[in-house]
Amino acid sequence: METDTLTVAGAVGVDRVDRGSYLTAGGGVRSWLFTLDHKRIGVMYLAAILTSFFLGGIFALLIRTELLTPGQTIMTADTYNKMFTLHGAVMIFLFIIPGIPAALGNFVLPLMLGAKDVALPRLNLTSFWFWMVGAIFALVSIIVGAVDTGWTFYTPYSTTTGTAVISMTLGVFILGFSSIFTGLNFIVTIHKMRPEGMTWFKMPLFLWGLYATAIIQVLATPVLGITLLLLVAERTLGVGIFDPSLGGDPVLYQHFFWFYSHPAVYIMILPAMGIISELVSVFSGKHIFGYRFIAYSSIAIALLSFLVWGHHMFTSGQSGITNMIFSALTFSVAIPSAVKVFNWLATMYKGSIRLAAPMLYVLSFLFLFAIGGLTGLFLGALATDVHLHDTYFVVAHFHYVMFGGTVIAFLGGLHYWWPKMFGRMYSERWAQLSALLIFVGFNLTFFTQFVMGSHGMPRRYYNYLEQFTRLHQASTIGSYVLGLGFFIMAGYLIHSLFRGRPAPANPWGSATLEWETTSPPPSHNFDRELSAGDPYDLDSLRYDPNIGGWVRKNPQSILLAQGGTT
Amino acid sequence: MSDQHHPSGHDPAVAHHFESADQQYQSAKLGMWVFLATEILLFGGLFVAYSVYRSNHPEIFIFGHRFLDKNLGALNTVVLIWSSFTIAWAVRAAQLKQIRLLKWLLVATMVFAFVFLGVKVGEYSSKWKHGLLWASRYAPHAEEHVGVDHNAAATSNEASREVGSSGKPAVVAASAGSAPESGSSRSTIPLAPEGPAGLAVEGEGSAVGHETSLLEPANARIFFSIYFLMTGLHGIHVLGGIGAMLWLLLCAFRGDFDGGHFTRVDMVALYWHVVDVIWIYLFLLLYLIH
Repeated sequence: METDTLTVAGAVGVDRVDRGSYLTAGGGVRSWLFTLDHKRIGVMYLAAILTSFFLGGIFALLIRTELLTPGQTIMTADTYNKMFTLHGAVMIFLFIIPGIPAALGNFVLPLMLGAKDVALPRLNLTSFWFWMVGAIFALVSIIVGAVDTGWTFYTPYSTTTGTAVISMTLGVFILGFSSIFTGLNFIVTIHKMRPEGMTWFKMPLFLWGLYATAIIQVLATPVLGITLLLLVAERTLGVGIFDPSLGGDPVLYQHFFWFYSHPAVYIMILPAMGIISELVSVFSGKHIFGYRFIAYSSIAIALLSFLVWGHHMFTSGQSGITNMIFSALTFSVAIPSAVKVFNWLATMYKGSIRLAAPMLYVLSFLFLFAIGGLTGLFLGALATDVHLHDTYFVVAHFHYVMFGGTVIAFLGGLHYWWPKMFGRMYSERWAQLSALLIFVGFNLTFFTQFVMGSHGMPRRYYNYLEQFTRLHQASTIGSYVLGLGFFIMAGYLIHSLFRGRPAPANPWGSATLEWETTSPPPSHNFDRELSAGDPYDLDSLRYDPNIGGWVRKNPQSILLAQGGTT
Repeated sequence: MSDQHHPSGHDPAVAHHFESADQQYQSAKLGMWVFLATEILLFGGLFVAYSVYRSNHPEIFIFGHRFLDKNLGALNTVVLIWSSFTIAWAVRAAQLKQIRLLKWLLVATMVFAFVFLGVKVGEYSSKWKHGLLWASRYAPHAEEHVGVDHNAAATSNEASREVGSSGKPAVVAASAGSAPESGSSRSTIPLAPEGPAGLAVEGEGSAVGHETSLLEPANARIFFSIYFLMTGLHGIHVLGGIGAMLWLLLCAFRGDFDGGHFTRVDMVALYWHVVDVIWIYLFLLLYLIH
């Protein structure tokens, strides 16, 4: 693979004079909304998805509050149906799918490559705008007639309900394009813009995670696109493909939907695993263990993700042999996932572990993802799935993987790169308190749901039997603790933007290239041309108490002139 | 960064974050191929729907395809293959900086694209006239059988007209959740005899009459749903291609290609070839089956 370094021969001299960061490079709203700078697009994405996360979180708290008592507590059953649909749709399509790739990935990926930008900056901005338009469609649907189908939009209910299914699905269709554009951009950037010295197996593992994610985004999302177009055509024209009364097959919709939406859960988890790979090495002070296995396992998960969609439909009338094949393939996903977990544990073994906030999230992730992943096997086993299908057990499993996995890793990554993004350190003490509250609150909220589900409490129900009251109340209290944790996080992060201690270039002692530039970086990212060495060679750094951060023992080692011969 | 000017010594046609024109070209090309993969998967959903229904109910397709005009389909195939030739030649012209030739070839490609769409409009309007529409609007009139050797009686013609006109407009029908024809509601409960798994294959010689008194298998309407969805999505892509070629023409008149920067022409040509290839499959799968 021919990779050239990024020369800006003439620009270097000019830019050194300008010490401003990308944050101050231009004033006014327009300089943000029409920027092609991947860092600004990443920050706008971050603000947008955190807003969505807040909105989805409010829906979640309302759902949990309604479930404090059996029967009506604060809302009617119809409102409740809309609430859980909106919680699911907003969290999935607006927050968690774009979350790590579009916000953190956009910011970090070119920096990790020592590049000036992603390969296709205009497409990157287009992706953000598509996200905005898709989000507006989704919000309009909330206002004009909130959808009550569940986030899966199953036919035939979704073609007959009176709620605003069309604007919601069109919104999701547009959000899909946004996701495709991000994935396409990352594939091209990783293929064509790696610096000298960075072969495929010298890439930071976060990039492997993003690359595997991008493959899924590009190959699976168009299928969701056509599915939703068919759903819209079904509602507006009555094409009958999914309508049994016109000769169609509603189960075909489920196949189409899960052909995207199962890979989509790996769109959510793979970049999270990439973040964990970075963090676990840095905060254990040790080279990552089993680099190649972690890299290959990302690709393996991406490929397997396309072969297991049928495990969502064990009770939808598939043939027995189909169920067995899908069940066996589902079990095989556990192998690359476990390869990663064992490699992370081996990385920590005999490391000098620093319990800074990002590392607390890594430890949370390992614990919660292990539970989430293993309960996935319960659901992949045919006999137990029939019992657990459509119970709170599924809800708990999903949240342990998606919240306990993806969101926790996202928070770890957010804390890790926050100083790089905004040039400020947050309060470590408050960050640790918040991480603790989130861990406790999360387990209280969702572990109770495993118990309820295994006792037969169906998911999505408005009402429940008296026997579940205590567990539901414990779950609701857990959700309030979780909310408090996030409230504190919002407080100290916003505080840090104004009052935080200025961040050094490399506050954590990481060896990847994004820490070689100032915090926050200048618009053009790097003043020097860099070559890449081993991204986990932490011994090449030493702590400098004068600047409160880490510096290279041999600063020449990563300059292009020296490092061209790896 | 957008406002950052290119430093001296950097080719102005190369964006600031690229090292060389070749790196930029390679990036654009890879990006385009990945995009085309997404296009294939977008159509892939419809091809899967086609495969599922055809393998379960081949009789529907055998019945339905006779209403498509093979000659017009073949004409459109030839037209698109020629347009692929002209746009491939246009790439060559752009590489050789033959701007005048490039403009003419782009115009020729667009003319072919318009001919294709014109023929398609003709086909659609004849389907519309005969009521051979997607499932909920499917209300065939008898006279379309001229092409299929049944000259149905005038009485059934009347009857089918009644059925057709009693249907509410599709949009209203869909949002109200009621069926536009035959009174069966589009309920959540599958009607067993009409479900995709429970169909009795009615042979072509069968005298069992449908309500429109055609000798057709149950749910023949699904064929026309698939026909309109696949050709419709393809038609939208043809329109997109025309838009892209108009843009290229504008660029050519602006002089963007004078320096031999043919990347844009190359990318649009790649897209156009994919649109053509998809049509060839549609022609085979919808028109030429038996």
